[in-house]
Amino acid sequence: MVWYDLLFGPNGWSGLLLQGAAVTLALAVVTMPFGFTGGLIVALAKISASRTIRTFADAFTTFFRGIPDLLALFIVYYGLQAIIDKITRLGLPHIELSAFTAGVIALAVVTAAYSSEVWVAALKAVPASQAEAGRSLGLGPKVIFLKIILPQMLRIAIPGLSNIWTILLKDTSLISTLAVLDLLRAAFTASQRTTRPLLFYSVAAAIYLIISIMATIVQAYLEKRMRKGIA
Amino acid sequence: MLQTLQSLAGFVVNIPILQEYGYRILLGIRMTLIVVSLSCTLGFVLGYFICLARMSRFRILSGFALAYITFFRGTPLLCQLYIVYYGSGDLRPQLQDLGLWTFFRDAFFCCILTFTMNTSAYQAEIFRGAIQSVSRGQSEAAKALGLNRIQTAGLVVMPQALLIALRPFGNELIGMIKASALAAIVTLLDLMGQTRFVFARTFDFSVYLYAALIYLTMVEIIRRIWDKLELRLSRHIRPRFEVLAKEEAKAITIETSMPST
Repeated sequence: MVWYDLLFGPNGWSGLLLQGAAVTLALAVVTMPFGFTGGLIVALAKISASRTIRTFADAFTTFFRGIPDLLALFIVYYGLQAIIDKITRLGLPHIELSAFTAGVIALAVVTAAYSSEVWVAALKAVPASQAEAGRSLGLGPKVIFLKIILPQMLRIAIPGLSNIWTILLKDTSLISTLAVLDLLRAAFTASQRTTRPLLFYSVAAAIYLIISIMATIVQAYLEKRMRKGIA
Repeated sequence: MLQTLQSLAGFVVNIPILQEYGYRILLGIRMTLIVVSLSCTLGFVLGYFICLARMSRFRILSGFALAYITFFRGTPLLCQLYIVYYGSGDLRPQLQDLGLWTFFRDAFFCCILTFTMNTSAYQAEIFRGAIQSVSRGQSEAAKALGLNRIQTAGLVVMPQALLIALRPFGNELIGMIKASALAAIVTLLDLMGQTRFVFARTFDFSVYLYAALIYLTMVEIIRRIWDKLELRLSRHIRPRFEVLAKEEAKAITIETSMPST
């Protein structure tokens, strides 16, 4: 049982792989709220009355949906660092962007671009009469959005958003190219030391698979819960 | 004034870099196009068979197809690429015995193999969704007319299913163009790989922006072609007046573009 020793033996690699899996999950979980909120803001900008704002929002999504996620990661990682360097040259203390932070920012930007489409569809699916009814009850725009529109939107958006969550989870693997010790990087390290790449990458794939399958179960539960008030 | 303009233009279009490395970028575009077109075509064929397996009455066959689809859609493409590219090194003696080692030694073939398998899983699901959305009445009617199973599939169900699947297939093609950038990580010199090479030589950040622009253009071209294709292929089921309105609009533009007498 060579593979058993390699994974769970005294010098086994299962600890490192699990640590990597935790980093992968952390990346996805930290990115998700930023990405989804950003997407909602972009979606609101897309249906804004101002033409300039609409154009900007459309250009943003077209750009980040049209380029490879890996390229978006590199552009944010190197570009953001260049911008920070330029700003700090004015006399501020030097800030080094960590690969983890850059990864979260890049993934959040990409996720925002993807999810904005889902949000737009959901926004359009809620009839305008709902907001009108809210106004006639004398509610403010904030209350109307948070208490009337958003809950109805969420039900429609959840299948799309959970698709994007799966994409996000898989995209975290790209951050391993920036030397963040995520699940894939852990498998990479282990296989370099032991020269057993097939084993470690397969284990990594299995862990990814378990996480995605668990996400599907959560999604089914959420969808069921959101449908509670309907029929 | 002229100098400012020149420096501004130099910032947007970095001529020395394009002069020295433009050829590499072109080679990279060619490689990306080869990889994407090969793996999408092969994935289309493979995806069809996996879809057939998935919809088969034999439990073992459909179970196997489900496992295949779940694996390739549930794990990152980069991880799959590593399994094929680095993992094949583990099986080197066996592969050498089979005479397959030259195939797996080459990053190009590893990429084609991985991308094909990955996209075939997605395309199988697209096929399945499209076939299931053709109403049952269609195949029942074909049966009533005495068509056999192959005729029903080929002449009645498939043409309708492929039209429904057209849009998702286009999205998958675009997805594949974007995903193919991962090939750069396993040393293949596609557009992304060449860009990384040039960046490593020059440390000029703008090469990444050029690459982004090229990818955007490729995606946009595919999108435009697909819009035209969909419009063209669905013209028989669009409402009549819509077609008429289009033709009318065309006639009007022709009229107005003619010199007035």
